[in-house]
Amino acid sequence: MTRSTLIEKVSEKVKDLTLKQTEIVVETVFESIKEALAHNEKIEIRGFGNFRLKERQPRNARNPKTGEKVEVPSKMAVRFKAGKALREALNPDLIKG
Amino acid sequence: MTKADLVEIVFEKVGLSKKEAQDIIEIIFDTIKQSFVEGESVKVPGFGTFNVRQKAARRGRNPQTGEELTIAPRRVLTFKASNQFKAMIEKQDQDKE
Repeated sequence: MTRSTLIEKVSEKVKDLTLKQTEIVVETVFESIKEALAHNEKIEIRGFGNFRLKERQPRNARNPKTGEKVEVPSKMAVRFKAGKALREALNPDLIKG
Repeated sequence: MTKADLVEIVFEKVGLSKKEAQDIIEIIFDTIKQSFVEGESVKVPGFGTFNVRQKAARRGRNPQTGEELTIAPRRVLTFKASNQFKAMIEKQDQDKE
């Protein structure tokens, strides 16, 4: 599913909004999540999952072409963890009785 | 940041009522979730890609008791931030220093 399919599907379920308005809302949601993460703020969407930044340690690597050693500095990476409801929806057979 | 904060942002930026904003945000995450349940990945340009991956059964150990057990096959979600999103995170991280 792509962004445009998502907008169409959401628009079908929302009665009073035009496709354009739905698009603006979808865009606002993703942009807000990006903005918050850029400020190292954790995002918790109940029933869906969490987004947070995790620091990657610096490491030594090699340029595969030249074999030359390069130091890769530490950096922040985006981490997503699916929430309980989502994990259960993906694995209905695994829910413990 | 939680769903309530997203509702507030959509309410302020898009000019929907709080109830409308709340409903549409719920529908957006539900629609994405439904796509995962159907085993379909979700691609949002500028944000990232969610992939549903099938994990095979494997042997594991209960870390507390040391008991051997079989971990059932399951579906897991992975998220990969887009290059644009990563660049935004990296830039904010550098500006901070």
